[in-house]
Amino acid sequence: MTDRNDFISREKFMQELMRYKKGSVSRRHFLGVTGLGLATSVLGATLGRQAMAQTNIGDRVVLASWPNYHDPADFDSFKALTGAAVDLNVFGSNEEMLAKLQAGGTGWDVFVPTNYTISTYVELGLIEPLDMSLIPNYDPASFDPRFAGPGTVDGKIYAVSKDWGTTGMATNTANNGGKALTSWKEFWDMTQAEFSGRTTVHDYQLTTIGNALKYFGYSFNSIDPKELADAEKLLLAVKPHLFAITSDYQPAMRNGDAWLAMCWTGDGKQLNRDMPEIEYTLGKEGGEIWSDFYAVPVGAPHREAAYALINYLLDPAINMKETLFHGQPVADARVNAMLTPERLADPILYPAADLLSALEFGAAQTLTNPDRAELMARFKSA
Amino acid sequence: MLVLPLIVVFVFSFGERGPAGGYAPAFSFDNFLNLGARWAAFKNTMVLAPIGTLACLLIAYPLAYFLAVRASPKWQTMLLILVIVPFWTSILIRSYAWIFLLGGKGLPSLIAAMGLGHIQLINTPFAVLVGIVYGYLPLMVFPIYVSLERLDKRLLEAASDLGAPPMNTFLTVTLPLSMPGVATGCMLVFILLMGEFLIPAMLGGGKVFFVGNALVDLFVQSRNWAFGSAVAVALVLVMLITVTAYMRFTRRWAGGRDDISLM
Repeated sequence: MTDRNDFISREKFMQELMRYKKGSVSRRHFLGVTGLGLATSVLGATLGRQAMAQTNIGDRVVLASWPNYHDPADFDSFKALTGAAVDLNVFGSNEEMLAKLQAGGTGWDVFVPTNYTISTYVELGLIEPLDMSLIPNYDPASFDPRFAGPGTVDGKIYAVSKDWGTTGMATNTANNGGKALTSWKEFWDMTQAEFSGRTTVHDYQLTTIGNALKYFGYSFNSIDPKELADAEKLLLAVKPHLFAITSDYQPAMRNGDAWLAMCWTGDGKQLNRDMPEIEYTLGKEGGEIWSDFYAVPVGAPHREAAYALINYLLDPAINMKETLFHGQPVADARVNAMLTPERLADPILYPAADLLSALEFGAAQTLTNPDRAELMARFKSA
Repeated sequence: MLVLPLIVVFVFSFGERGPAGGYAPAFSFDNFLNLGARWAAFKNTMVLAPIGTLACLLIAYPLAYFLAVRASPKWQTMLLILVIVPFWTSILIRSYAWIFLLGGKGLPSLIAAMGLGHIQLINTPFAVLVGIVYGYLPLMVFPIYVSLERLDKRLLEAASDLGAPPMNTFLTVTLPLSMPGVATGCMLVFILLMGEFLIPAMLGGGKVFFVGNALVDLFVQSRNWAFGSAVAVALVLVMLITVTAYMRFTRRWAGGRDDISLM
């Protein structure tokens, strides 16, 4: 918990108050430095909790989510509060989640889909429009529309924002004269040269093909046959030089087997926190930006508990604990107001504007495109 | 109950992929005509499954021989338990142990320390073979052990009474009589290996691709259930053909003897 706000002196508080009054600092900054934001949201949360405890929501809620994505302590306090134990199922890809929901009978109450899947879920009638009266902690005005927007389909809110992040690369700089790679061109070229046998790419067509497309400067979401053919040629040439095709790359990066990994923000943050020589960077050509959501599948067996859990996790005080744990930024301004300026200036979590603007959100058809799926199969079996 | 899932797979194999994945009813042979797209996976499996079976056999036979013929009864039980114990833990957990053993901080660092240079073991076909031999060894050891155990010891005495050197006795008496066990063990290991996906995924780093891995990807990643079903049907057909050929071969080789039980 090193990211917590330090107490500030009375003089400093008055200074900040004056600055705020004069309008030279934002409300967010003021609440952040003084700790008032934290105080108010804790108060608010306590009131909310009392209200929550009055209804009986059952003893269980099933959550399908990603690895290293929730602070177990928050689930413990949810159980203490409501009596419902959180049963966590961990998944490796959006496709896997979609396949499970398409096959039916998942027993999930809440799950964590990524932005580009939501319209597909709605189309297939697999998720329900959320009853926002049951999620009072969701304040649409506090959420950055860039990240929360994809949760709304045809004017109805189907999913609420959990957090967001990017897909970049993690370099063990000790193996590269202290320098991190900064472009996808370098990523793929180095893999075939000095880093041969030391690179991992995701076992996930969306990002692996997307970032191979960036080598040529094509769109991350391209489904153009000629552009995909170029990406395939690159991937097949790179394959013998790869250490692994895996989405579980933290162990190999930590024990030194891998020096370079295609990497998501949270993993990059966790690796960098424990081993500062591993740096997380974005490709300057662009790449992926994404946001994750909470959604409720149609026919959730513990529907009441599902809403209670979402509401609980969106409580700014809890959401702050979550973001400190999983290392992804959140889109909720109320949470950001509680974080230290150092954290908000962390280039891993909040990349520079010019790097960020080059990134693309994954598109629904990027995920479901059969040509990309077949390309990935040829790459893996080659 | 046994055939119901197979019927579903068979019906699905003539369908098509839904717009967002999954299955949409249709009747076409497109999925079967498209099987060439998974040729590499079939080829990898058809190469590595027999090699894995052979490696298992080469290690299991001496072990079973030692257990059945050489070991004292007290040790016999003890060693048999040792062979079974790994089976009590899931193959997933045991594969993780091998990831550490074969990873950079494991055996390769030992080899490097001995001055034999840097080698990569994890995420290679070799690592997958190690995992296969380790995972399937008991399935090979037990049938061979049983056939050696049942072997009439008086035959061995007769051979040596008649002046045959131990090697001849082994080659002309022990080995042929243990063949039913060998045949059963090979069959068991081979059939299970053809559908293997966990060991290549974990020890091959996603770079060693079996038909089993192709199936997992088709069902849970690209969600092309129709094509996945066609690949599964093709795999069943390939197995049927191989197993039938194998049975013909062992039967002819045994000269039509009926005491060679395969399954």
